[in-house]
Amino acid sequence: MERVKLRKTGGEKRKLGIDLKYIPALSAIALFLAAYAIGGILYGERGFLSMRTFATLFTDNAYLGVSAVGMTIVIISGGIDLSVGSVAALSTMMLAYGTEVLRWNSVLMLIVVLLTGMALGAFMGMLIDVFEVPPFISTLIGMFFARGLCFIISIQSITINDPLLRALGKWRIRLPAASRAAAYVNLSVFIFALVLAAGVVIMRCTKFGRGVYAFGGNRASAVLMGLPTRRIQIGIYTFNGFCSALAGVLFAFYTFSGYGRHLYGMELDVISSVVIGGTLLTGGVGYPIGSLFGIMIYSVILKFISFNGSLSSWWTKIAVGVLLLFFIALQRVTVVLVKRSKRELKRKN
Amino acid sequence: MRGNPGTAGVFDKIVSSKLFSSLAALFVILLFNVFLNPGFLSITIVNGHLFGQLIDILNRAVPVMILSIGMTLVIATGGTDLSCGALLALAGATAISLIRGGSAVLNSDTAMPFVLVIAITLAVTTLCGLWNGFLVAKLGIQPIVATLIFMTAGRGIAQLITGARNLTTGYAPFSVIGQGWFLLFPVPIFIAAGVCLVAWYFTRRTAFGLFVEAVGINASAARYSGINSSLIIMAVYAISGFCAGVAGLIYSSGIMCADANNAGLNYELDAILATVLGGTSMMGGRFYLAGSVIGSLIIMALTKSIYAFDVAPESALVVKALVVVIVVLIQSPFFKKRKFRKAGGPELELASDREGGR
Repeated sequence: MERVKLRKTGGEKRKLGIDLKYIPALSAIALFLAAYAIGGILYGERGFLSMRTFATLFTDNAYLGVSAVGMTIVIISGGIDLSVGSVAALSTMMLAYGTEVLRWNSVLMLIVVLLTGMALGAFMGMLIDVFEVPPFISTLIGMFFARGLCFIISIQSITINDPLLRALGKWRIRLPAASRAAAYVNLSVFIFALVLAAGVVIMRCTKFGRGVYAFGGNRASAVLMGLPTRRIQIGIYTFNGFCSALAGVLFAFYTFSGYGRHLYGMELDVISSVVIGGTLLTGGVGYPIGSLFGIMIYSVILKFISFNGSLSSWWTKIAVGVLLLFFIALQRVTVVLVKRSKRELKRKN
Repeated sequence: MRGNPGTAGVFDKIVSSKLFSSLAALFVILLFNVFLNPGFLSITIVNGHLFGQLIDILNRAVPVMILSIGMTLVIATGGTDLSCGALLALAGATAISLIRGGSAVLNSDTAMPFVLVIAITLAVTTLCGLWNGFLVAKLGIQPIVATLIFMTAGRGIAQLITGARNLTTGYAPFSVIGQGWFLLFPVPIFIAAGVCLVAWYFTRRTAFGLFVEAVGINASAARYSGINSSLIIMAVYAISGFCAGVAGLIYSSGIMCADANNAGLNYELDAILATVLGGTSMMGGRFYLAGSVIGSLIIMALTKSIYAFDVAPESALVVKALVVVIVVLIQSPFFKKRKFRKAGGPELELASDREGGR
């Protein structure tokens, strides 16, 4: 697979020596650095560049990052998952209800929550693969189902008082920072790092990961090659269900509450971050690391707004919309350029 | 009649069966409601206005119904419009801020001629829809993604217009759109009927509907046979934007307030559901406007019957999910193959061949 890829992309190198396929991901990184630098110039004296601010880029949005890793894999496979926000909200609700009302053991409850997420994901994957329901519709069903289930469990917001969960949520270590304000990294960041590493390893080094790329790149040839498409597709959505549930758990650690109205519209933030991070929505191309930068760009936008003070939070939506447009246009240009260079290569041969 | 003279008998088999199943679903839900509440079907006349649960369902289903008309055409071309809920909010924000014209206090005057307010509002959402169509048709971006941009940014722009407040107005003529009565019935029902009639006329009495189906079945084949595919695609997204504008006027007039955050929240999903429940396939091709209207009534009736129990309104989502699972599974190729294999008859074989031929 790797060798095939090399041969295919060998002719697409431009004068700079950068593979065209990496342009969206690289521009995401460049954009992040630029935004960060501009923030430093504008709000540097108020601590925009401090270690503390940098750490909060991750601590505040680690849950989004966890979900983005799963979403990246789904989108690489050519699918989409609209259910992530609802499944995450269901996780916060189940965790809160299980530990506070049913008084179940919190470790047991964590396992139950993650398994529920996986089961929902597997169910959606099955609808997509076995019954050929488009991903958009089947995950829409999952979205409604999970969101509705939250309110069947409880209408109220439930505060989490379980000592173990509170300890896990509050646990953090201080980073050696030179500035006056202390910087902290919490458990969510470590879990995000783990999930991201797992995502990278799965996509780069396993048969499953290569199957996902093949499946997203060209479904018909993946089937003809004899790839176990059913296992791959159900696997993808199961993994994403796990990521959504884990994201919900991290959000519960962050807010110490379970509520059915949590995380409305999270799927939009996650999908936008993944797209901004350079994953092609047509499938077949993308990198979990790119999504890390997508999430960081999103976090920097939030930081800009909070540092500015006079901008309302709805500017986030407009900024994300504009960025989405920019990156989608960039993706189109890249795809066209790749096609053109392929044609040139063919002509030369 | 359906652009397929060979099969258009007295009852086109597929149309009748598809409409029949959605009608049956609506009937079952209404029956269930009658069982819950024996007074469900009663309609009374108070002050020359019809009152009753059925009228209420019809009236409340109007915004989703109008959205689903636009959505049906978009889905028929093989696309999806995720932005219509946000555009609904944008329409409300535009209309009410134009009526207020920057005045800080609530008054019962309008700063601009009312007709102009409506025209500008509809033009704004139609242009947004046209932009979606441009991204899909000219730049070749997938519909979900192209419309995702306005789904995210649309509410942001709406909040920009209202200054992130819930703008209210006391201008009486505006309230007629969403709250008025005319000849026994609420005005929104007439507006919805008007939109449906116009849509029916242009899709079934002109070649436009045929072109839309052709694009949805195979865009390049349609182009080769001389249909301007990209123009058709841009047109359907613009129509969807226009429908969102009309729905937005009705919605905001109903509450006399522009709520950029919550107006039309998740309505795009309801509109897609209504379309799918009505028998239009997400793959594009054939579409059933009447089916989508029935679909939106099913959704409202379902929501209404869930309100009858004393649970959170959002619990309705679970029931919605289950209903859609059933409908989608019945429509899925997996079961279709089984059903036809069992039933066997030559006519059914023909139908399945045609379906598969897409």
